[in-house]
Amino acid sequence: MTKFLQTLMDGTAVGSLYALIALGYTMVYGILRFINFAHSDVFMLGAWFSYEVAKIMGWTGQDQSHPVWASAFVIVAVMVACGTLGFVIERGAYRPLRSAPRINVLITAIGVSLFLENSGQLPFLLGTQPQRMPTLMPEHALFAVAGVSVRAVDLLVIGISFALMALLEWIIYGTKLGLAMRAVSYDTKVAALMGIPVDRVISMTFVVGSALAAAAGFLYATKYPGINQPAHPTWVLLGLKAFVAAVVGGIGNLRGAMAGGLMIGLVELFGAAYLSPHLRDVYVFTLLILVLLFRPEGLLGKATIEKV
Amino acid sequence: MEASFQDRSAALRPSMGKAAVSALLPPAVVIGLAALLHFVIGPAIGYFYAKVLTDVGIAVVMAVSLNLVNGYTGQFSIGHAAFMTVGGYAAGSVVYYGHYLIWGSLQQQGGFLGPSTLLYVVALLVGGLAAALAGFVVGLPSLRLRGDYLAIVTLGFGEIVRVLVTRTNDVLFDADEIAAASPVTLLTSVGGSLGFTGLPFLTNLFWVWVAAGAVILFSYRLKRSDQGRALLSIREDEIAAEAMGIPTTRFKVQAFVYAAFFAGIAGGLFAHEVGTTLNPQELGFQKSFEVVIMVVLGGMGSVTGTTIAAAALVILPEALRSFSDYRMIAYALTLILVMLLRPQGLMGLREVWEIPAVRKLLRSGR
Repeated sequence: MTKFLQTLMDGTAVGSLYALIALGYTMVYGILRFINFAHSDVFMLGAWFSYEVAKIMGWTGQDQSHPVWASAFVIVAVMVACGTLGFVIERGAYRPLRSAPRINVLITAIGVSLFLENSGQLPFLLGTQPQRMPTLMPEHALFAVAGVSVRAVDLLVIGISFALMALLEWIIYGTKLGLAMRAVSYDTKVAALMGIPVDRVISMTFVVGSALAAAAGFLYATKYPGINQPAHPTWVLLGLKAFVAAVVGGIGNLRGAMAGGLMIGLVELFGAAYLSPHLRDVYVFTLLILVLLFRPEGLLGKATIEKV
Repeated sequence: MEASFQDRSAALRPSMGKAAVSALLPPAVVIGLAALLHFVIGPAIGYFYAKVLTDVGIAVVMAVSLNLVNGYTGQFSIGHAAFMTVGGYAAGSVVYYGHYLIWGSLQQQGGFLGPSTLLYVVALLVGGLAAALAGFVVGLPSLRLRGDYLAIVTLGFGEIVRVLVTRTNDVLFDADEIAAASPVTLLTSVGGSLGFTGLPFLTNLFWVWVAAGAVILFSYRLKRSDQGRALLSIREDEIAAEAMGIPTTRFKVQAFVYAAFFAGIAGGLFAHEVGTTLNPQELGFQKSFEVVIMVVLGGMGSVTGTTIAAAALVILPEALRSFSDYRMIAYALTLILVMLLRPQGLMGLREVWEIPAVRKLLRSGR
């Protein structure tokens, strides 16, 4: 029972991070119909920027060298930084290819991804050494349920993720910008005819998606403080699993991405806890292949017919 | 009318002799060139350059085969190295354990074209078939759907292969133990994350360039055949191709399986090369990306373009070793710039002799 509850909590925490990243993939896919491979690197930079911001502010995490609002400051800072980065990536690399075949955009995305990873590795930027994220969030155990001690940091990771998802839900379904995003995703050409500034809306989509990935990067670094070097394959893999979450939930569907993210997190950690801890990636990709075989539109997606 | 059509087509058909020449001459040329490389050029240029030439050959096999999927068919696979891994491990275990089971030791039997080499060639084909089978299993579910799912599935497949390989046991090296072991034990004793060590070095310039020549000839002939045209039509417009009666899924899976087969052979060549170890880290994302870059740079659909790009991307880093920090950055920027400025790749669909300037040159030479 202890093991079950522990796994359930960890799975939910990891799953909510996957969900945050998956939202960025699914929003871009919904509008531009391509896999934004650079998204996993924006997430990676979110984690790295968190470390750098904490370092610049002189917060080491030891003997309470940081104020209470440190986490909030870092998360807002990295969301702004990565949001800007997302804007620049879209402007510089993707917008010139708006009318090009999708495969070209996909290759460009891989190019951007490789560029971010490898230039991040340069000695005068982030370097090739893994770093340790300072503990900015309270780590003490709050209470214990059935032998499982619930740490404050775990609850904060889950809480912040869900708060951000609720915020996104409000942006998409409650504001004019969200309405424009949904219109562009539904039909770009008609949206343009209705007077929606399509390019600006697409830019905003990238900003919002990248900011969410940055937040996920910060939360990931908080939960797992060992930050791998920028070009380490784990980052691409985490991003891939988040993309799998988006596909499993139904690509282009926001609630699908959230549900898919949680599901992937739970599948991965329950598999690791009860089957074999070494094969956690295998479970996720097996799930992907099963979904593609039996329900290619995803769990919450609608089947669409490709038209001319 | 019927009769005259038959007559006309009969008149256009080449004679038996001519057909035999055009069918057999290119393979003969390939074998001749490979033998020349192995016996004359290889020894003349010394160990280091021979090794570079071998690496070039393997890269050509990888890039030209990936071109079948990413170039001709317009699909997007980024897990080509995974098929190389599958092929490499399959071929490696056939050669390694085959030697022990047949001859009781790893001692190489016979010289060029001796029994060991025979086993090695069989192993290469086994590796190719294993990779082709894997390609079928991976390709079928993803190729039925929108093209870009293939990218994600192939990447995921690469990861699964890597994880599974790292979970394997140590290589056995005791002849009696090997003789007593079951085939399953042997197949799961391939070295884990340390790599499959102790493989005999059977790869040489001859076999590498025979394989490279085979891929080049195969791809070029495929491009000019009805199947190749079907693939190109899928790349141009999948829906229109389907409307013309082309079974798109079947052709896509076929191209993917061909590509996987050759990648498997490249894996077998790589496994038995001097100075390389077959380990799961070596054949990861990075390797797959490198191959993608070769195809994109060379021109998606151009056999000669991909070949040239593969050679260039192997030789340049050797020449520019001191800039190795910047190599991947340069790759990435090249990829982005090529897509922005020349989306069809440097040579597009054209072969070398179809470029206007070269064509002019050829014509003036006559």
